[in-house]
Amino acid sequence: MSNLIQLKDDIASVVEDEWAIVQLPASQAEQRVLAGKVVLFKLTGEQTVTPEQIAGTEIPATGKIIVPLSVYLAKKIAPATRMDIGSQGIWLDTHETLESLIEAVGDINKLPIIAIHVERFADGRIFSLGTLLRTRYGYKNELRAFGDVLRDQLFFLKRSGFTSFQIRADRSAEDALASLNDFTAPYQGAVDEPRPVFQRYNRAN
Amino acid sequence: MYKYDKLDQQIVDERVAQYRDQTRRYLAGELTDDEFRPLRLQNGLYIQRHAPMLRIAVPYGMLSSRQLRKLGDISKKYDKDYGHFSTRQNLQLNWPKLEDTPEILAELATVEMHAIQTSGNCIRNITTDQFAGIAPDEVIDPRAMAEIMRQWSTFHPEFALLPRKFKIAVSGTKHDRAVVQAHDIGMEFYTDSAGKLAIKVWVGGGLGRTPILGSVIREHLEWQHALTYCEAIIRVYNLHGRRDNIYKARIKILVKALGIDEFKKQVEAEWAHLKDAPNTITEAELARVDKHFGEFNYEQLPAHDASFDAAVASNPAFAAWAKRSLHAHKKAGYRAVTLSLKPHGKAPGDATSEQMHVVADLAEKYSFGELRVSHEQNLILADVKLGDLFALWEIARANGLATPNIGLLTDMICCPGGDVCSLANAKSIPIAQAIQMQFDNLDYLHDIGELELNISGCMNACGHHHVGHIGILGIDKDGSEWYQVTIGGKQGNDASIGAVIGPSFAAAEMPSVIQKLIDVYVKERTDEERFIDTVRRLGVAPFKAHVYAKNEVAA
Repeated sequence: MSNLIQLKDDIASVVEDEWAIVQLPASQAEQRVLAGKVVLFKLTGEQTVTPEQIAGTEIPATGKIIVPLSVYLAKKIAPATRMDIGSQGIWLDTHETLESLIEAVGDINKLPIIAIHVERFADGRIFSLGTLLRTRYGYKNELRAFGDVLRDQLFFLKRSGFTSFQIRADRSAEDALASLNDFTAPYQGAVDEPRPVFQRYNRAN
Repeated sequence: MYKYDKLDQQIVDERVAQYRDQTRRYLAGELTDDEFRPLRLQNGLYIQRHAPMLRIAVPYGMLSSRQLRKLGDISKKYDKDYGHFSTRQNLQLNWPKLEDTPEILAELATVEMHAIQTSGNCIRNITTDQFAGIAPDEVIDPRAMAEIMRQWSTFHPEFALLPRKFKIAVSGTKHDRAVVQAHDIGMEFYTDSAGKLAIKVWVGGGLGRTPILGSVIREHLEWQHALTYCEAIIRVYNLHGRRDNIYKARIKILVKALGIDEFKKQVEAEWAHLKDAPNTITEAELARVDKHFGEFNYEQLPAHDASFDAAVASNPAFAAWAKRSLHAHKKAGYRAVTLSLKPHGKAPGDATSEQMHVVADLAEKYSFGELRVSHEQNLILADVKLGDLFALWEIARANGLATPNIGLLTDMICCPGGDVCSLANAKSIPIAQAIQMQFDNLDYLHDIGELELNISGCMNACGHHHVGHIGILGIDKDGSEWYQVTIGGKQGNDASIGAVIGPSFAAAEMPSVIQKLIDVYVKERTDEERFIDTVRRLGVAPFKAHVYAKNEVAA
């Protein structure tokens, strides 16, 4: 059974997943823990993708797929083929930069889907990445969160511009639906509603 | 003070429902400990040594009599009949049951209170000067902006899970009383050369394991941009701050690693996109919120009151209290009053349920039904007529709230420490009590004069030990409790971080160590010098020499 929640016209429902996420093979290399060098802050203590992993990534010949940014950047797949017919998206990890995605893809609205993988639910970088994709880079298509995605983060993900949520396999997506509506009228402007509460309501009294 | 409208009320009510369901799922085994932790923390609930601790938000330290009574009732019903006021102007309950916390939050919501974001890796309670709105040296009353920032930071989706906790302080006075330089973001409001409200923004200050005073990131920011500029700062931090090591995760580490110039460059680049976005504050919104902090209906009074002067002249105990506990007020004939939560021999910052009711009554009778919590862990009645002070003092004294020690050695800041807190390396309250008893002679205490002594039970520095004139830090050495002493720390515009005097001490040595520091000061001071001034003039050396002198022969 699918564990995917999709928002369409503000209505959330559990839907069948038409996308296959292409995974990187497990790394054989020892995990490198980098020192706290300034430019490497994002990478500190996190795994980087090895050339062996990229070479070993298996791309299905048919079907709609979401490929890892690192594999896409390595030009393993010709960007023009699948993307133009709307059957290829890209996913990235929370420590990867949007700049590299934008630079490589050009018009990101050519991508029918962008997915962001969150390894631990407490990693709030995903909210800034979603916000930037929507507000800075004008991305309009499906934005998906997958990985350690739990219901108590859904409200924030929705407000940060995400429109689909692959709930962690051991949890119920049906139960999680309720959390998308935890708050009726949030205070601050965000992606889903840019106007803060004082711009939306007359709060004179 | 700020009163909720139906939108504010709806948010706290929905939070109670959300948290009630999260707690239910946790107790039913649907959430693991690790998954429930950030959820409960963002609602102020720690799991402590003996029981959970619940930290209730007191936004920028403001309380009404009605709210304080409710806090007193909750302390009685769900705790051991007392609460602890913290250095971030909040109230902590040390013995609630986890199962009861949803009900406690529901009760708080009935008086427009909550525990939202009082802990966890998110934007915390916004703090300010306890004399906001009444201080004669105030340029701008910072409370309206603090409230606007409270609303903006509440459930901010982008900043719901930061690398680490994030503390913002605002101040609107020439003499900083909000310790803005010791916060992740500090905002100092002032009037610019065009006569407009402007903000000086500090970033990257903080105590904890790596004490650093903040750097100025912007000398001049127009007030409308307060929220979007904070968003730019916190976005850079959210994306680039370290998440691999809890001790390196505060924004101060990022600012230090990048350097303030590079950090500022990144923030300004981000802000170029955010400036004038919809979260820009409007004139109408500032005016709407500001109305809640309008002036009370003050009486026109002469600067002096004969009954007050007579009471000071005839009653030495009242005079001693008045000298320490009263603070100037912008209106003639009014004073702000500090009620001491530091009676000698008791845990600093604790108030019983009964005391909360007494203070609520006093506020209602003498101070327009409002009060404030100070970061020095005392309670303030901000608007009392001179002619009412004697009657107020008699009631405060009868209830253990009038120790005349405000600003003196025994008015110490102290965290709850190892008696209850699971983070602490060492106990702090027994140390505070032992020192209070060592200096229990009031005449001597007044002779020593102004002195800030701050105690933290671990390097998380809840007791702000780095900025105490004397700072005491509990440390763990091979499983036993030791105490490291610093001198020369200071809060305020000329803030400084204290210097360690040498090897640490056992608990039993602490009263005599403090005594020796005081002895050096009393011997060396000039007429006008406070303890901190003498330390700054002489340096650490003479203090260190006396404290560590071996086998001194009595003269």
